[in-house]
Amino acid sequence: MANALAPQETPQKTMTVGEGGLALTFVALALLSIVIAAKAYTPEYAFHAYLFTAASIAAVFAIINRYYERPAEPPPLTIDGKPNYNMGPVKFASVAAVFWGIAGFTIGLYIACELAFPFLNLDLPWITFGRLRPLHTSAVIFAFGGNALIATSFYVVQRTCRARLAGDLAPWFVVLGYNFFIVIAGTGYLLGITQSKEYAEPEWYSDLFLTVVWVTYFLVYLATIMRRTEPHIYVANWFYLAFIITIAVLHLGNNAAIPVSLFSSKSYIVWSGVQDAMVQWWYGHNAVGFFLTAGFLGMMYYFIPKRAERPVYSYRLSIIHFWALIFIYIWAGPHHLHYTALPDWAQTLGMTFSIILWMPSWGGMINGIMTLSGAWDKLRTDPVLRMMVVAVAFYGMSTFEGPMMSVKIVNSLSHYTDWTIGHVHSGALGWVGYITFGALYCVIPWLWNRPLYSLKLVNWHFWISTIGIVLYITSMWVSGILQGLMWRAYTSLGFLEYSFVETVEAMHPFYVIRALGGFLFLCGALLMAFNLWKTVNSTEAEAPARAALAPAE
Amino acid sequence: MSLWQKHAIIEKNSIILVIGILIVVAIGGLVEIVPLFYLKNTIEKVDGVRPYTPLELAGRNIYVREGCYLCHSQMIRPLRDEVERYGHYSLAAESMYDRPFQWGSKRTGPDLARVGGKYSDDWHRDHLRNPRSVVPGSVMPDYSWLASTDLDYVHIDRDLKTQAELGVPYTNEMIADAQKDIVIQATTDSPDAADLAKRYPKVNVRDFDGDPKRITEADALIAYLQMLGTEVDFKLYDDKANIR
Repeated sequence: MANALAPQETPQKTMTVGEGGLALTFVALALLSIVIAAKAYTPEYAFHAYLFTAASIAAVFAIINRYYERPAEPPPLTIDGKPNYNMGPVKFASVAAVFWGIAGFTIGLYIACELAFPFLNLDLPWITFGRLRPLHTSAVIFAFGGNALIATSFYVVQRTCRARLAGDLAPWFVVLGYNFFIVIAGTGYLLGITQSKEYAEPEWYSDLFLTVVWVTYFLVYLATIMRRTEPHIYVANWFYLAFIITIAVLHLGNNAAIPVSLFSSKSYIVWSGVQDAMVQWWYGHNAVGFFLTAGFLGMMYYFIPKRAERPVYSYRLSIIHFWALIFIYIWAGPHHLHYTALPDWAQTLGMTFSIILWMPSWGGMINGIMTLSGAWDKLRTDPVLRMMVVAVAFYGMSTFEGPMMSVKIVNSLSHYTDWTIGHVHSGALGWVGYITFGALYCVIPWLWNRPLYSLKLVNWHFWISTIGIVLYITSMWVSGILQGLMWRAYTSLGFLEYSFVETVEAMHPFYVIRALGGFLFLCGALLMAFNLWKTVNSTEAEAPARAALAPAE
Repeated sequence: MSLWQKHAIIEKNSIILVIGILIVVAIGGLVEIVPLFYLKNTIEKVDGVRPYTPLELAGRNIYVREGCYLCHSQMIRPLRDEVERYGHYSLAAESMYDRPFQWGSKRTGPDLARVGGKYSDDWHRDHLRNPRSVVPGSVMPDYSWLASTDLDYVHIDRDLKTQAELGVPYTNEMIADAQKDIVIQATTDSPDAADLAKRYPKVNVRDFDGDPKRITEADALIAYLQMLGTEVDFKLYDDKANIR
């Protein structure tokens, strides 16, 4: 601050409106949660109410404690003319991303084994495939992907705007609140609290809480952009912004539900049947389009140019690609409902826009890969950059496969089979996984100001998990197409050739190969966790090394 | 000033960027979703579709709780092999009271849209307890605890009431009698069976899980499975009636 020299006396410390208001809000939430816990219809819901109580009380203590610890003046926006970045929440979210990634991959491996060897369900309600599968998808999409997006978006917006993150407690509320939501959602699935809407399983109270967290996220992000000292908003921020806004809209639309009672975890969705199906896949497909694509394209547009030390290939292509992608993606949802009771006109629209979507998707891929113009040699020497470029290549592959599978005649074979699962994983493991790993390998050394522990380990990570991905997607192609063909096979006398269970038994070898692929991918991620752990704890730089989960302020 | 330069306006003003994004992402959703609530031919009129009985609804909620939809679809597509394997293709009207819809997206197990009446209650009971006891190649988890867990239906009237608020035609009488109706439906040779059938046509009334002394979660789930896809009489259904 310019006038920092003026008052030499320690200024009067007062609690800000934000601190006081937030503490009071959490006190109220704690009281409400206790009442709900006492009157809850089911012990599972009471357990969640107690979790809310405990977290609220912890939040109140944290806020008051922070008040006593902090200096009287708010942290300055700039120090010596340079932005005073707030990287504490970024550090927390990036460590959380690694943690949830490992957790999500492990659960994925376990359910893959359950499908190959069903005795692994152990006749226990909490670990049946039906309850663990949402835990896996939520852990990898929302916990791993979500924390990676929050971490990188908060990092990128500060760097590209040359401004300190807006808000004092708000960024911490976003990262801690988001991770608390994940805990509530995840424990809920294990206990049987679910809406059973794919990728939107959390029940009404988790959804309400997430809404508050998400709106705060949006406001922090937007206010930081408004603080920028650069005239232009950098392209990565367009994508992050589109992701945050659209996810908010989708979340509200698809989770419009009425709870049975304040004291019940159960709710009923306001849409029903065919309309619910359309709203669900409008949400579901754009969870892919905006959470797993737009957000991670934001990552691509910052970390690839930065790592390659080259400018983005084409500014004009990024403009076209951005607007075309977000406009067209929204239409593609009905391709999940081909040949169903959804009206044909909607199915046809969905298919048409899915095919058109191929173009902006490849526009993005070209823009990402061609950014290496003049720096191609780095693919050989920098495994981190190689990981991110291969991520973009996987993005290109799965955004070709997707439009192909959305063609009705192809879909009649592929739908309901493992082909879909394979397709999702070529996007999730290849694109989302690799671009995130690449970004983490960049951002964690930068955040802790230490060199990456070992590039050799990154190389091992890259090759082990690439073999894992190849095993995964090829086994799912074979099992999916095989099962689809077996279902429609006829004998020469005109009877269906296979009973259903024969087609299930034929899947066994491919399920084993798939589990092996998942195991390799998990091994790669463990190598990364070790590498990043050694990086953060290295003695090469000064300071206490116990940085992992402690807010660095 | 070229069009490219015009884009700088958006790049320099965050509020215009936010509004632009909102407008662009709103269009597709509005065009595809809103007409489904207005076009009459979205859900054709079909005789026989009725709201779930309280026991069936409780069973459906167990189906939802356990995430059955992750492996079982409830949507038969109008393709030759599916119609021969599972029965008549699914109609939109058949899921008009489904909150949430459970069409599913994956068939690790077979489609269940018309599983009602295909197997006996005993088969379902054994199959839920240990699927491999009746289908050796199955990869389905054991759900043996369903038959030993009492159904919690103290608040089932609240479920019906909430659905009624959303437009499901449950009458006040149905809501008031919800708990009683669960007991009636789960009792073999119940004297009130005819009464129940007046409210819920074609309802299956009997003990479903082979343990008449108590009403378990297996009772509810099997009651739900046994009615799936049985509401519409396809001998009378005219698939041309809704074509205009």
